[in-house]
Amino acid sequence: MNNWLIAPVLVPALMGPLMVLWMRHDLLQQRVFGVIGSLLTLLVAIKLHMMAVEGDVLVYRLGNWPAPFGIVLMLDRLSALMLLLTAILAVTVQLYGIGSGWDRKGWHFHSLWQFQLMGLNGAFLTGDAFNLFVFFEVLLIASYGLMIHGGGPMRLRAGVQYISYNLAGSALFLAALGCLYAVTGTLNMADMAERVARMPTEDTALLRTGAVLLLLVFAIKAAIVPLHFWLPSTYANAPGPVAALFAIMSKVGVYAIIRFFTLVFPQDSVIETIATDLILPAALITLTLGQLGVMGTRSLARLAAFAAIASIGTLMISVARFDAQGLTAGLYYMIHSTLSAAALFLVVDLVAARRGGDFWLRLRPAIGNTGLISALFFATGIAVVGLPPLSGFLGKLMILDATADDPWRDGIWATILVTSLIALVGFGRAGSILFWKSHEMDPEPGNDSDEGQRPAPGPIPTKLETDEPIQDVGDSAAPWLSFTATGALLAGMVVLTVFAGPLTDYLQRTADQLTNPTLYYESVLRQQEGAK
Amino acid sequence: MELLVATAIGAITAAGVYLILRLRTFAVVLGMTMLTYAINAFLFVTGRLVVNMPPILSSHDNISPADYTDPLPQALVLTAIVISFGMTAVVVMMSLGAFIEGGDDRVNMPESDRIMPPLKTVDETANEDEKA
Repeated sequence: MNNWLIAPVLVPALMGPLMVLWMRHDLLQQRVFGVIGSLLTLLVAIKLHMMAVEGDVLVYRLGNWPAPFGIVLMLDRLSALMLLLTAILAVTVQLYGIGSGWDRKGWHFHSLWQFQLMGLNGAFLTGDAFNLFVFFEVLLIASYGLMIHGGGPMRLRAGVQYISYNLAGSALFLAALGCLYAVTGTLNMADMAERVARMPTEDTALLRTGAVLLLLVFAIKAAIVPLHFWLPSTYANAPGPVAALFAIMSKVGVYAIIRFFTLVFPQDSVIETIATDLILPAALITLTLGQLGVMGTRSLARLAAFAAIASIGTLMISVARFDAQGLTAGLYYMIHSTLSAAALFLVVDLVAARRGGDFWLRLRPAIGNTGLISALFFATGIAVVGLPPLSGFLGKLMILDATADDPWRDGIWATILVTSLIALVGFGRAGSILFWKSHEMDPEPGNDSDEGQRPAPGPIPTKLETDEPIQDVGDSAAPWLSFTATGALLAGMVVLTVFAGPLTDYLQRTADQLTNPTLYYESVLRQQEGAK
Repeated sequence: MELLVATAIGAITAAGVYLILRLRTFAVVLGMTMLTYAINAFLFVTGRLVVNMPPILSSHDNISPADYTDPLPQALVLTAIVISFGMTAVVVMMSLGAFIEGGDDRVNMPESDRIMPPLKTVDETANEDEKA
């Protein structure tokens, strides 16, 4: 048994309340401790990653209760990968939040950030279905707070939609767990998997219901069409850095789908191919709808949100196969799409902050730092659309390759390729309106346009400052920090591209581990020395 | 008894779903509450309905499923009640916030979310923001 496994939950769980209780009126301390908390989480994630590389499934039994009775955390390569990805994203985007001044718009940005991390890490680690529900709620509560950070009527309205949708989702989650518990009598994922595998087919009506309900819940989290309606408003109205962090939140849904439908309900079990049959068409529609949204929207924030939906669609096409090759490509694309979606939201925020909070795609005078920002937008656009040389291209190529023997191949390939073109047009249009044509425009008379010309003297408010910062940190902005953070995400994609070979090998091993449930039975249920 | 409990859960769920689909936040909050009640009752029932039995084992010999009721769903329901209670509080606060800031309690996004305002207005609001 290994005590490190609880650390990614404990570190943010200690840092969050510490900031609320001890330094609630001191933004500087909050910033320092917030970044320290995220960095510690990152260190722990790296440590756990190194532990998981070997390929064992490590198990932590809470309270040392033996496995099917107590709650377990389990760490395999997939969990470790998700932890690492979350931590990297969290640190980078938090720095952006500080640099852009977003964390001054409300009271508890950094503590909510830690709670969000706690929920995310817990969801990636837990080996217990009900515990997964609890961690989902933890991350959702934190995300409600972060989503309405800064306030404003539109954001609150969008927040109400978001929270309502997710509460209904949580209710569905409980219903699904109820069905599964009623049939299997256990909530431990490995135990449930073993019982499902042994179950005679005639007893499994309720089990299949539970499995599909569970799929719906995770599809809500992942925003797969037709359960995506919460996403565009939420992401478009959330503060930039928060939307960027949410890029990993929709991946929690994807992670949970992968976890449950490789471990508990694999293809050869009682539910047969029902997951694939449902997910694949939905993923194709998700992709199409997302990219059409990218082309059709008139708001820059929504463009980013629809791009996020489209990336989930692409990802799910590959994951829906639930075999090693499909999962490998899917996981690669998952890393890429998390980084690229986050980078896109940050770039959008950079742009909007310099346009007086105007997200609409229309001509305005050229903004400050336009060269650098347009370069960032260009690079991010390339990554999101999936053009060479960045990792989006490799990811899509791998997905095309993985689906080469699929009965739906022609449809899948046509959808992916045609929608990429549509997205390209959408991004081209947005970029030319924002950066190209704006050069031809004379600066308007009046203070507002002149603000756009200045190279960002401070964090420019994009919303009503209803919550004044408690303490002024002497911070006019650190625009360099915002740019560095955005650049770091892009650099991450470059690394992803350059080291695509070794990474793919590793993801291949990850997928092999996932498709071998016996390993989980053994680690979680059999090897229990030291349990009470 | 099974029929009674099942129809009750079904009726509350139906009412909850109907209310959630309304376009005003008050109805949605009520619907959410109904739905969570129904789900909590449903979770409780997943351990099977047993009358007059404690959720603990009375003796170590002769353990029979007829002698006790499953304690786990009760623990799950407890967790679910706490969480749903907290969540309801959050959604009430958010709805109030949206009502106070936005001026009405509609769930749908206002028109200004879809329709591009003329450029002038945005600048004016931006200026107003700065003044505020």
